[in-house]
Amino acid sequence: MAIDMDRAEMPKQPPEDRIHNFSEVALGYNIELAIKEARRCLQCSEPFCVAGCPVEIDIPGFIKAIAEEDFRRSIKILKDKTILPAICGRVCPQEDQCEKSCILSKKKAPIAIGRLERFAADQEALEGTWALPSIADPTGKKVAVVGSGPAGLTIAGDLIKKGHKITIFEALHEPGGVLAYGIPEFRLPKAIVRREVEFLKNLGVGLIFDFVVGRTLTIDELLEEFQAVFLGTGAGLPWFMEIPGENANGIYSANEYLTRSNLMKAYIFPEYDTPIKRGKRVVVIGGGNVAMDSARTALRLGAEEVRIIYRRSRTEMPARQEEIENAEEEGIIFEFLTLPVRFIPDDSGWVREMECLRMQLGEPDASGRRRPVPVKGSEFRTPVDIVVVAIGQSPNPLIPSTTSGIEVGKWGNIVVEPATGRTSKRGVFAGGDVVRGGATVILAMGDARVAARAIDEYLKSNNG
Amino acid sequence: MYKVLCREMVVPNIHIMKIHAPHVARSSRPGQFVILMPDERGERVPLNIADWDKEEGSITVVFMEVGTSTRKLAYTNPNGYIPTCVGPLGIPSSIDRFGSVVCAGGCYGIGALFPVARALREAGNRVIAILEAKSSYLLYWENRFKSVCDELILTTEDATLGEKGHAPRILEKILKEYEVDRVFAYGCTFMMMSCSEATRPFGVKTRVSLNPIMVDGTGMCGVCRVPVGGKVRFACVDGPEFDGHEVDWEVLLSRRHSYIEEEVHSLKCYETDQFS
Repeated sequence: MAIDMDRAEMPKQPPEDRIHNFSEVALGYNIELAIKEARRCLQCSEPFCVAGCPVEIDIPGFIKAIAEEDFRRSIKILKDKTILPAICGRVCPQEDQCEKSCILSKKKAPIAIGRLERFAADQEALEGTWALPSIADPTGKKVAVVGSGPAGLTIAGDLIKKGHKITIFEALHEPGGVLAYGIPEFRLPKAIVRREVEFLKNLGVGLIFDFVVGRTLTIDELLEEFQAVFLGTGAGLPWFMEIPGENANGIYSANEYLTRSNLMKAYIFPEYDTPIKRGKRVVVIGGGNVAMDSARTALRLGAEEVRIIYRRSRTEMPARQEEIENAEEEGIIFEFLTLPVRFIPDDSGWVREMECLRMQLGEPDASGRRRPVPVKGSEFRTPVDIVVVAIGQSPNPLIPSTTSGIEVGKWGNIVVEPATGRTSKRGVFAGGDVVRGGATVILAMGDARVAARAIDEYLKSNNG
Repeated sequence: MYKVLCREMVVPNIHIMKIHAPHVARSSRPGQFVILMPDERGERVPLNIADWDKEEGSITVVFMEVGTSTRKLAYTNPNGYIPTCVGPLGIPSSIDRFGSVVCAGGCYGIGALFPVARALREAGNRVIAILEAKSSYLLYWENRFKSVCDELILTTEDATLGEKGHAPRILEKILKEYEVDRVFAYGCTFMMMSCSEATRPFGVKTRVSLNPIMVDGTGMCGVCRVPVGGKVRFACVDGPEFDGHEVDWEVLLSRRHSYIEEEVHSLKCYETDQFS
């Protein structure tokens, strides 16, 4: 049988429509498309895709179930390994993981694993059913999970299945961490996050909001009640450029900009009380997914012109290809090899102009990417109303600064043993951005999976 | 949900609210703050903790009605509920045995200053408190302060109570006459700036509790950034208390005012909804 190389495209909202709304851009496969795509899978006997997945999903298995139109079996196979299939199907960088490893990617037509994962999860939601996994007998051990982002939700799911009692402590008033405050509605509808969290609650996971571990209670106080603690506190203080004028009004960190819009719903201000500035000319600095999210949010907030300024070239951009393409389709302007050097505010303290330098690529740096170097005399000024700085962040400082005995690295990241997620403090484990700095949802989930195994072993040994 | 145990207007436009939040009360220390939301659509409002009662499991905040969310808080029914109360946040005030301390409070800062003055006195300091207001009818908590201070000086702009003037002027007078080891100034940004300027020539370390705009309040969004001693600091996790002589007041004042237009618009919409 000839190999089908016709990868099924996923329907999307047309750009001219979607730039005026916050509804999801990608519409997902319908049943017909999903089955068609699933039937392309070669069902390799030694599947490379599984090895490319940080949480080791049985990819051929769940795809086969879709091909056979057994969607319930498909979601059950997925949920064996991932607690958040509807989310991963949407935001994982599959092109660098499972799909990259797919045998058909050599022919530039890898199976659309992410889209199929999303389909299986959405199909379950549509049917209104839950595929509940089996749960081991209660062990009587209690684990505190700090943060309800991707790492926290994953480890909660893994450990409750082992029979431990799990309580998640969340600092904000909504669950999901970066899934709630960071990733915009048009890429990840919040109803989906809420549904995945409801699923965990159905399994018996406890969730406490408005609770800042380190301040409301310290780690040591938690350890009096819980036998183990997992820290998934995520991102912390945003990095700024540290150039003149950066404290002018109208200059946001991406964290602030996205939190206002996503978590606080400033995009429907004044229906919600939290405001956000709506400028005509918006500049976003950075080249990652967060920069893309910020730029596309600015567009939907009514900006006439949105530019992404990145100091390297397109090839070095860390954002997902799909997100770059979406941004381009929507009319975002990219200015590569450009470095802002100062912001110029008006008399009332608002940013009005920025000065930039043109760059060229020199020798490779420590990251292996060619280092951008300034072109002499290339300074130029450009008018701007709003600036969003999306150049990354340090890990959240709250726990290290309030807890003794937790070793931190140069960037304030919590140091762990990679194979177990163990920190230098007994009974305390960590994973995700608080360990890695800025990474991805799926890597945080992978860390959580590793730590879940280690915590389970720790609790079953005499230590716990 | 957090039960509102008591809510009253203590002086025009300034409100006291007592909230049942045992987890916050049990860890609260002077100089820390909480974040409240009046309802699911409200802003996250950072407010200094003005008092707490571990046994009752309650905390008290004092706030001024300025925008929609604080107005909603001001109209919360006693015995009603608010959806969010998170804390205690920020680094506690630097309490030590300094010797002789002056605590200057104004406006909503009077509430925030109270536990600081109390802790300073308990730590063995001689505490002089200055409370300022435009007029006598805007002063509150004099009696509470009397109970935790060695000396209480009241000052009003219109001389209807105590000395005519305001806190910075009184501070100057005291510093000229007495040996003072430390000053704490809690109030609106302008008042704290003026107090810091008044103490600067005397070289007396002056601690201020900054009140920039915040969103998450837990060290994530970066909106509360303010240059202190030439370095960008974040009030929510590095503060809120800083050395007043090192704060870049101009940046703080300007950043605090960045949403005035939106605040007015929001309030208009809210009132149209409420009263039409």
